[in-house]
Amino acid sequence: MRKTEAAVLTRRTLFEQRQRRRSIVIATTSTVLVLVALIVLVPMTPGWEKVQKSFFNGPVLIKTFPKLIEAFKLNVMIFLWSAPMIAILGLLVALARNVKSPAMFPLRILGATFTDVFRGVPVILTVYLIGFGVPGLGLPRPWNSPYIWGSIALILTYSAYVAEIFRAGIDSVHPSQRAAALSLGLSERQVMREVVLPQAVRNVVPSQMNMLIALQKDVSLLSFIGPVEIFRQAGVFKSLMANFTPYVGAAIIFLLVTIPATRYADYLMERQSRERS
Amino acid sequence: MIKKITITAVSATLMASTAFAGGHCSAGKTLTEGKLTIATGNPAYFPWVLDDAPESGQGFEAAVAYAVANEMGFANTDVVWVRSSFDEAIQPGAKNFDFNMQQFSITSERDEVVDFSAPYFTAPMAVLVGPGAVGTAPSMAALKELKWGASGSHTSVQKLMNEIVPTSDPLLYGDNADINAAIAANQIDAALFDLPTALFLSAVMIEGSKVIGQFSVDESEGGDQFGMLLEDGNPLKACIDDALAAMSSNGTLAGIESTWLQDTTGVPLIK
Repeated sequence: MRKTEAAVLTRRTLFEQRQRRRSIVIATTSTVLVLVALIVLVPMTPGWEKVQKSFFNGPVLIKTFPKLIEAFKLNVMIFLWSAPMIAILGLLVALARNVKSPAMFPLRILGATFTDVFRGVPVILTVYLIGFGVPGLGLPRPWNSPYIWGSIALILTYSAYVAEIFRAGIDSVHPSQRAAALSLGLSERQVMREVVLPQAVRNVVPSQMNMLIALQKDVSLLSFIGPVEIFRQAGVFKSLMANFTPYVGAAIIFLLVTIPATRYADYLMERQSRERS
Repeated sequence: MIKKITITAVSATLMASTAFAGGHCSAGKTLTEGKLTIATGNPAYFPWVLDDAPESGQGFEAAVAYAVANEMGFANTDVVWVRSSFDEAIQPGAKNFDFNMQQFSITSERDEVVDFSAPYFTAPMAVLVGPGAVGTAPSMAALKELKWGASGSHTSVQKLMNEIVPTSDPLLYGDNADINAAIAANQIDAALFDLPTALFLSAVMIEGSKVIGQFSVDESEGGDQFGMLLEDGNPLKACIDDALAAMSSNGTLAGIESTWLQDTTGVPLIK
């Protein structure tokens, strides 16, 4: 559509082109200026040499980076087995909060309490309390493993958030659709499964993407109860070498994963808003 | 820079005019003239500092700190205590302490970023096992089979990975309290500490645990020598080293050690 419009160079399109070119020039200039300021001015600060030695130490980075990547595999594994469980539990909680039958009212209370508690408690506390508390009850190995209970803590916390997003998605499907489906003779269960959920889930994919990114980062909280994932590994190097560079290395590895994921979430969000408009 | 010059100028005048607290060596080299600011952990642990109150001078490190201060010419009242974490101690930039004492092991890699005094204590590493593993023999072969834990900020991690090389991946924790929790939850069998800490934890903190052995000090690569941590290039280091040398030759250091650290000869050597 746009292309055919652009083919005819009206005065307006010419003007818009000029404007666009002008803003590109301004944006480039200001970006270059900011970069130059950062690259030139920061090293001129009196503490730069020491900061560079402690945070941006090339030899330390080279020495520790492969081991950090190795440790990051554990993050990815914990992420991979937690994410599907979070999706399932989150959806179940959302459905529980949405039941219409009066007899099922206790289920709604349960769902609401679950989301209130696990959204209200900081993740790190949940990880601590479940990671040390439940195994402390005297479970035999390997059932007392911090990997299991740490993951469960993450799953509980994140499914509370994910449930709320699913619930918003379910609410976003217009009630008239439910009414129409019911009038066609579908049962309540069928309406939810065949009509409401397919639309609801589609609507919240971008938001859930953001939850995945947040989860990827929060996996590191498991380091507090023992697993040597990337954050702990970086901490070990930090204290052995009295140098913070390994943390910067860990941050780089996180960014390598989260930046593409964030871009993808943005793209989904944009596509969705285009579809809706 | 300007600040430093003023401080030097002020101290020069002070020296010229009147007598003041602090010996000649440390004159003009401390954060606050006439005071010695010492950092310890938050909290500071037994038996290094008793009851988290270094001001009392009770506990090995607290006692050494006051002895060093006295040796350097500071009165007990001129000692100021501050708290710092390990990260605060090693971050670049100005420090809020003259020296920091919390069982910092001297390593060559750390020495590149900060300065260490001469060692004031050589701590053997020791193996603490939970109730489920008290029967473990103090031999390397038996130790390999245990499920290990250690503090992630401690040099013991290196010893564990390089010398014991356990068959299953060790779990690492942020502080000793978390290691206790993991032993109590039976998530780990054993943990590596410096010997005085291990003995304290076993006696007081973790029911049913036992220190089954210590590593010979000669074997460890100098990683168990505790030094006071100073900002890189701090001129106070020479004064502290002199004080420590004097204390070790006149027996003060050994006396403090026997007062505050229990006799460790009963713990078998690991072979």
